[in-house]
Amino acid sequence: MTDSREKQPKGRHIDLSLKPDTILSVMGLTKHFPVRGGIFLGQTGVVHAVDDVSFSIKKGETLGLVGESGCGKTTLGRCVVGLYPPTSGTVFLHGKNIALGNPRQMKSMRLQMQMIFQDPFESLNARHTVGEILREKYVIHGRKGGKTDKEIGALLERVGLSGDDIHRFPHEFSGGQRQRIGIARAITLDPEVIICDEPVSALDVSVQSQILNLMVTLQREMGLTYLFISHDLAVVKHVSDRIAVMYLGKIVEYAKARSLYETPYHPYTRALLSAIPLPDPLARKQRIILKGEVPSPENPPLGCRFHTRCPHVMDRCSKVEPLLKPLKVQGSTHFTACHLYS
Amino acid sequence: MVISSLSSSKGTSPPLLKVDTLVTAFDTENGRVHAVDGASFAMAPGSTLGIVGESGCGKSVTALSIMGLLPQPSGRIVSGHIFFDGKDLPTLSAGEMQAIRGRRMTMIFQEPMTALNPVHRIGSQINEVYAIHLSKMTKKQRRKAAMTMLLDVGIADPLMVMDNYPHQLSGGMRQRVMIAMALASSPDILIADEPTTALDVTVQAQILELIKSLQERMGMSVLLITHDLGVIAENCDDAVVMYGGRVVERAGVMDLFKNPAHPYTIGLISSIPGLAEKPKSLLPTIKGRVPSLDKMPRGCRFSNRCSHVMDICHTVPPPETKVGSPGHFASCYLLGGKP
Repeated sequence: MTDSREKQPKGRHIDLSLKPDTILSVMGLTKHFPVRGGIFLGQTGVVHAVDDVSFSIKKGETLGLVGESGCGKTTLGRCVVGLYPPTSGTVFLHGKNIALGNPRQMKSMRLQMQMIFQDPFESLNARHTVGEILREKYVIHGRKGGKTDKEIGALLERVGLSGDDIHRFPHEFSGGQRQRIGIARAITLDPEVIICDEPVSALDVSVQSQILNLMVTLQREMGLTYLFISHDLAVVKHVSDRIAVMYLGKIVEYAKARSLYETPYHPYTRALLSAIPLPDPLARKQRIILKGEVPSPENPPLGCRFHTRCPHVMDRCSKVEPLLKPLKVQGSTHFTACHLYS
Repeated sequence: MVISSLSSSKGTSPPLLKVDTLVTAFDTENGRVHAVDGASFAMAPGSTLGIVGESGCGKSVTALSIMGLLPQPSGRIVSGHIFFDGKDLPTLSAGEMQAIRGRRMTMIFQEPMTALNPVHRIGSQINEVYAIHLSKMTKKQRRKAAMTMLLDVGIADPLMVMDNYPHQLSGGMRQRVMIAMALASSPDILIADEPTTALDVTVQAQILELIKSLQERMGMSVLLITHDLGVIAENCDDAVVMYGGRVVERAGVMDLFKNPAHPYTIGLISSIPGLAEKPKSLLPTIKGRVPSLDKMPRGCRFSNRCSHVMDICHTVPPPETKVGSPGHFASCYLLGGKP
């Protein structure tokens, strides 16, 4: 592992020219977790959860972040909202650095950036009624409003619940309804960006489509910007304008949604796409079955992190780490980190 | 229920497993609920039958009823038959059932961590299967058989894995170990209850491919239970769609996806985000949600969510009606059935 902090400026390979419509941009974000062990709980290693990741999102756009468990997508989302302090790298919201902001700055930033969690059972306080959960937002941020049941009721109706649900407790709702409460909580103070961490993974198919529709509708109505994190490629394809594919803490491919699905370049993206079971018995496709499993992020492979499982592995791959670069087509916005294309 | 109509799309050989108007009930605080309410289907030898449905549809309870593994004392089979190899399983004694379960009919579960014993090494857990079901083997033969079985399920270093405890293995490896244990006795039927739901999509592809290749080699039948219609489409010969404890549609997989007949099946298939659709378009949805088992509507259990609901739907459950191709049935009044 080379120290990514030496590579300045970070993330220069991605379109980070802060265009006026760029709302959120992340540069060289890195998060390492210390591993402690032994009798005195000394540090015995480092988990490279996220390593030098850069991207930017335009206003009203959805960036899909897709990858398998342990690829660092959740950690990345949590670093972006400031739930984890990043090891290095910066997060810009409207061109303003927020990752190193003091707690007061973070609080005002959270007015603009909210989060929806995967598990609607654990992310709502079981002892508070729905009304209290939503009203808390106004109190914490010292905002007027939310005083009357009517206002809160209107918010609930907006996410497809009934105004009468105010006095009920989270356990009285089904998983899909609880996720609606989570969405209502996120949009309470009219944020600009919402980080959605696997928002539909815990839901049944028929409920999943209801929640996805709600999120798409709210985005249109409120001009929301989403960072949509999921392991489900079909869901990500459905909601995203652009998609970043992560593997072991690195973005390996980054492109417009359609471009990524029509012509995936990175061998990992190809394998991932080919592994989705399609609800069509006639869709016979060439399935790429990867060997083995994802290596431990505590000791990621040198060079390209995917080289231990890649069907196209070359000598270079175990030695030199490929950078995320645009394809060699004039004006291409399709980025991939693979030696096959350099 | 007309039993003779329980044919399968794969040939005309007599079914290996036939479930006939199975009713399984649980005693709960709110009284008795019917988790499975009159399910019927059949499975041809060597074929793969999928049961698909959302949480609470009764697909797992159906599997547990077949295996005789219902939680005691709250769960019991109230009526109906499960014919396997000419025997009606619910009528068998515990001893007779033991000779079938784990030997001729085995099961793998969604979460291999909870299905494996955390305080025993993998080797001794596989060994147990041989010791119980193939007791004539010597200790040495058992160890050798266990090693071969682990190699067969794609574990490159069986000696090391046999010395490991379950927590030392990854999710995919644990599921491979479960499959090795389930197939150790060369069963006639493997029941796989959401075998890949807890796994990543690339590992899911490995495991489904493994089950398929072992099935071809050993000639067993597979009952695959899943919520994922994609898994059904790619791996099954026939499929059964369940809703609220009832079978609403059953058909060969081609017919089910090309010509779905029940409004629930149609809704389910169309609400999956496809790879071909326009991004950010609104998906077709099924309104509302599955009612809890003690609050199921009378008549057709899907009636409160169905967009084609008629008066008759609220009164009597619709009978199973033939649809187009042989072996394709759906329970809906739209197809012309009479109460």
